[in-house]
Amino acid sequence: MATPSRPVPVLFRQFRGGPLAKHALLIGFGLVMLYPLVWMISSSLKPEELIFREPGLWPSEFTLENYTEGWNALKHPFSYYLWNSAVVTVLSVVANLVACSLAAYAFARLNFPLKKLWFAVMLGTIMLPYHVTIVPQYIMFSKLDLINTIWPLVMPKVLATDAFFVFLMVQFIRTLPRELDEAAEIDGAGYWRIFMRVVMPLCLPALATTAIFTFIWTWNDFLSQLLYLNNPDNFTVPVALRTFLDASSDSSWGPMFAMSIVALGPIFGFFLAGQKYLIRGVATTGLK
Amino acid sequence: MTALARGGHRATLRSRREARAAYLFLAPWFAGLLVITVGPILASLYLSFTDYSLLEEAKWVGWDNYVRMFTQDTRFLQSLQVTTVYVVVSVPLQLAFALLLALVLDRGLRGLSFYRSIFYLPSLLGGSVAIAILWRKVFGADGLVNAVLAVFGIEGTGWVGHPDYALGTLILLHVWTFGAPMIIFLAGLRQIPSSYYEAASVDGAGWLRQFRSITLPLLTPIIFFNLVLELIKSFQSFTQAFIVSNGQGGPADSTLFYTLYLYLQGFKRFDMGYAAAMAWVLLLIIAGLTGVNFLASKYWVFYGDTK
Repeated sequence: MATPSRPVPVLFRQFRGGPLAKHALLIGFGLVMLYPLVWMISSSLKPEELIFREPGLWPSEFTLENYTEGWNALKHPFSYYLWNSAVVTVLSVVANLVACSLAAYAFARLNFPLKKLWFAVMLGTIMLPYHVTIVPQYIMFSKLDLINTIWPLVMPKVLATDAFFVFLMVQFIRTLPRELDEAAEIDGAGYWRIFMRVVMPLCLPALATTAIFTFIWTWNDFLSQLLYLNNPDNFTVPVALRTFLDASSDSSWGPMFAMSIVALGPIFGFFLAGQKYLIRGVATTGLK
Repeated sequence: MTALARGGHRATLRSRREARAAYLFLAPWFAGLLVITVGPILASLYLSFTDYSLLEEAKWVGWDNYVRMFTQDTRFLQSLQVTTVYVVVSVPLQLAFALLLALVLDRGLRGLSFYRSIFYLPSLLGGSVAIAILWRKVFGADGLVNAVLAVFGIEGTGWVGHPDYALGTLILLHVWTFGAPMIIFLAGLRQIPSSYYEAASVDGAGWLRQFRSITLPLLTPIIFFNLVLELIKSFQSFTQAFIVSNGQGGPADSTLFYTLYLYLQGFKRFDMGYAAAMAWVLLLIIAGLTGVNFLASKYWVFYGDTK
């Protein structure tokens, strides 16, 4: 038998004769997967009464009514909740970038007593379920009178508790040549300068991955925002969407879909802009 | 002699300076470990033996919360069962899809990055409230699924409102997010040297044989990694069940996830001692599961370098 010149170790080798069939299959599968999303977009552009009468994608009648209605359906215009979400998210990103890179540099480059132990502890906290700490954390923040502020959401990030990112950056820093640090040290640079001038600039890809993931996770995060933000004046997008669900009868799905799409917009944007970093990040550390 | 001593002295000075710098760099992390992680874990262990509602002092009740959980609270047992079914069904299904698609996409396929992105997108969106809202409507009585079924003349039911099917819709949602493990599988497949396959096909091994004898064994560490990760993650699912069931876990407690019940006990009924006990049981379950996983891995995970 003819040995393939370039062996293709694929489960569906029999499709080699017809890669077209394989592409058709993949595209078909992709369409089924994305159909609900596209349906939501198209539904948001249809007049309310048409949404469930036609399952097709192309609206026979276009309208932006759902968007204007949804935007103003709650106590504040939706831009208000977008702004609240943006504040929490941006602060979380900055906090994660600073705190996690500081810790990662120490774990990756410096020697200190009990380093192995602390590193193992750090890895262990990645696996720790959030719910195990949630009750005492809530009690603590409520005793400190910090419910309905952004502190319970941002403080854990300021203190580098998102250990995923510490790990991600440790892995990345370890791939950088140590000679660079040593050269800087010979030039008289201290640890802080080496960190700021040598290591951080080379860490940009890892920092980008951290920033994008923190953004998406914080933007999507529901449980902690549900817990800590009870006043409609502090609501972020996920909590606002949730009250939408409570407040509206089952008939006003058009506006709800419209606002859901607004809520997914930034994630989609980051996905398009940062695919490279996202996929590399997932592949190297196995994040979500 | 003196030079040596001085050298040694300088070395200890240096290492002391380095250690001090390291602990400074780690200061925020240490503070977080103490205040956000370890402190609360210990506090919740203490609280789990008390009756506490945030308004009154904690009252020591011994093992009461744990006893109540397993002997009297049928909703707790229900939540445990619902979560177990969810994890046991959705994780293997999700990983199977991820592996299958990774194999189809592996090597020599044009448009790989395009497909990879398309299949990965749901993983990013899947945890959001917006997608849970969408799901509720896709599987609602007058939703998309039923509209499609109607085209074929089949009359559907309100899937999310039916105790027999509601959990199934959440399982589907989890399977829908197979993109992230798929990417990890793809990265793993790329590590397998193509010379193995060349040798195998020279020996006349077909694709099934190659898959069974090369791909699968060499991929077991990645399968194991994905399994551990997804088990831990899916045990903690919350948002989807909360939104789809309007924060109640219904219909008939069929979507009462463990974490949702914990939330209801701790933050709706303010039975915080009980919620803390539930949190510790969750920790033990997840730790046990991960431990068993690691022990079992000796029998099926293949590490090429250690033999």
